[in-house]
Amino acid sequence: MKRVQFEHSPIPYLFVAPQLLIIAIFFLWPAGQAVYQSFLLEDAFGLSSQFVWFRNYSDTIFNESWLQSAWFTAIFSTLVTFLSLGLALLLAVKANEVIRGASTYKTLLMWAYAIAPPVAGLMGNLMFNPLIGDMYHFMNSFGYDFDHKLHETDAAFVVILISVWKQVSVNFIFFLSGLQGIPKSVTEAATMDCKSPTRRFWTITFPLLAPTTFFLMVTNITYAFFETFGIIDTTTQGAPGGATTTLVYKVFQDGFRGADIGGSSAQSVVLMLVVLVLTVIQFRFIERKVHY
Amino acid sequence: MNRHTAITHFILIIGAMFMTLPVWVAFMTSTHAPETILREGLQFWPGGHFLETYNEVLFEPGGVMKKVTALGMMKNSLILGIGFSVGKVIISMFAAYAIVYFRFRMANFLFWIIFMTLLLPLEVRIIPSYKVVADLGLLDTHTGLIVPLIASATGTFFFRQFFRSVPDEILEAARLDGASAWRFFIDILVPLSKTMIAAILIIMFVVGWNQYLWPLIMTTKEENYTLVIGIKQIYQVLNEGGELPQFQKAFALTILATLPPVLVVLVFQKWFVKGLVESEK
Repeated sequence: MKRVQFEHSPIPYLFVAPQLLIIAIFFLWPAGQAVYQSFLLEDAFGLSSQFVWFRNYSDTIFNESWLQSAWFTAIFSTLVTFLSLGLALLLAVKANEVIRGASTYKTLLMWAYAIAPPVAGLMGNLMFNPLIGDMYHFMNSFGYDFDHKLHETDAAFVVILISVWKQVSVNFIFFLSGLQGIPKSVTEAATMDCKSPTRRFWTITFPLLAPTTFFLMVTNITYAFFETFGIIDTTTQGAPGGATTTLVYKVFQDGFRGADIGGSSAQSVVLMLVVLVLTVIQFRFIERKVHY
Repeated sequence: MNRHTAITHFILIIGAMFMTLPVWVAFMTSTHAPETILREGLQFWPGGHFLETYNEVLFEPGGVMKKVTALGMMKNSLILGIGFSVGKVIISMFAAYAIVYFRFRMANFLFWIIFMTLLLPLEVRIIPSYKVVADLGLLDTHTGLIVPLIASATGTFFFRQFFRSVPDEILEAARLDGASAWRFFIDILVPLSKTMIAAILIIMFVVGWNQYLWPLIMTTKEENYTLVIGIKQIYQVLNEGGELPQFQKAFALTILATLPPVLVVLVFQKWFVKGLVESEK
């Protein structure tokens, strides 16, 4: 809050009104609907419904296919987060070191930020196409029978590779600006005290990057949860046998393809709770980190 | 150049190739004839069919109903990108202004309501959102496409953060001069926020252009497809139907879907990076 503010008046209400109106209609109402519908059992045509308490929840969560996708989501988001963070950190440290060509590297490494996840997915789709895809033949050239349409691990590999590829650039931007925010004097003092660049990195530079890393971890998990929807929908569509179905993709599949509104709503509510926990962590952290 | 620098450059070159090669290959392949692609696979160097392919996808109707061209879809994507970013900036600046500069009874409560929207991406409440928009008769309209996406308050938080860093003295001085709330906003705060507004416009344009799930479920008519969702339908058509698969067209569409947001980011690189890093801290 500002020390100096305008006096009481209806003016602030006028300024927040447009946002509140949009939030009320397109956020609060549907979010409430999701909670409400998660307690209802509708017939296939949506003509009649019945209040069934937590049956949708128990049907959903103790369902084998939900547990399978929860498991996949956990592994998938962990791998995507760590691989894309690790790769981005390595590249940012190196880009911060070089003097010649620094801005060229920067541009080449960050531009993929602007590519939509589903577009990246379609590109991957073509790269792994059995007819023309070089990646497909490359994977098979090791004598291993690679086929992401049939094998679960191969499908997971493709989805993870594309998701990591898409996410490296945004992590790179944050790490690079974090590194450039470290004062010259600190770096110079560290260089004098510690000869080994590796040790210097882990004892001085990395701790200074810790807030950035933590922030990125939370955003990357959110990315893996939600934004990879487009990648999955344009590559594997959750196949084979639901092996690459994330929880969000399942909400969509059950709700739109399966027309199971109650079950899908129950899944939404569970997901909301997961995200709630993640965001509370994030928010607490952000408030602590920013000094006004 | 010593050994360490050489290794550094080596790693950066590999990284840059990893990030750029897929798009390069997609672009190069799009300039070849379908027979060449089918016979030889992906292409690394330009072929002679650039004009032909791009002319075809841009101006000749494709898709299932043969009703939509890439040019038409680009128009829809532009409307979404620009409508979303401009709408979001205006609405969230207003809200942030009220929250930061006014003391009013519901401020805290409203702040938490706005904050709640950050917790729940559209994806998790996708079915009820669809129903609401359908009940309001907004399916296949620009309003129905853009406004529900604005409901998330990310922008409000960027501006809230920024306004809080504006020195208090500025408001004190403005009030001594007898500036009204609206005058202060338009004549002082908006000009002060110019770079921030530009940065957020760029980021939000990319976000809007790249939307997928929402336009996918709420546009039913092919004429309303944005490029990002339209290419998926076209891909499916390209692979079916017994003809020679038109891979060059698929790649060309991919490049067209990528080009505008990438150009925006590259041209406004400085603002974009500034906005991204400042706003998300």
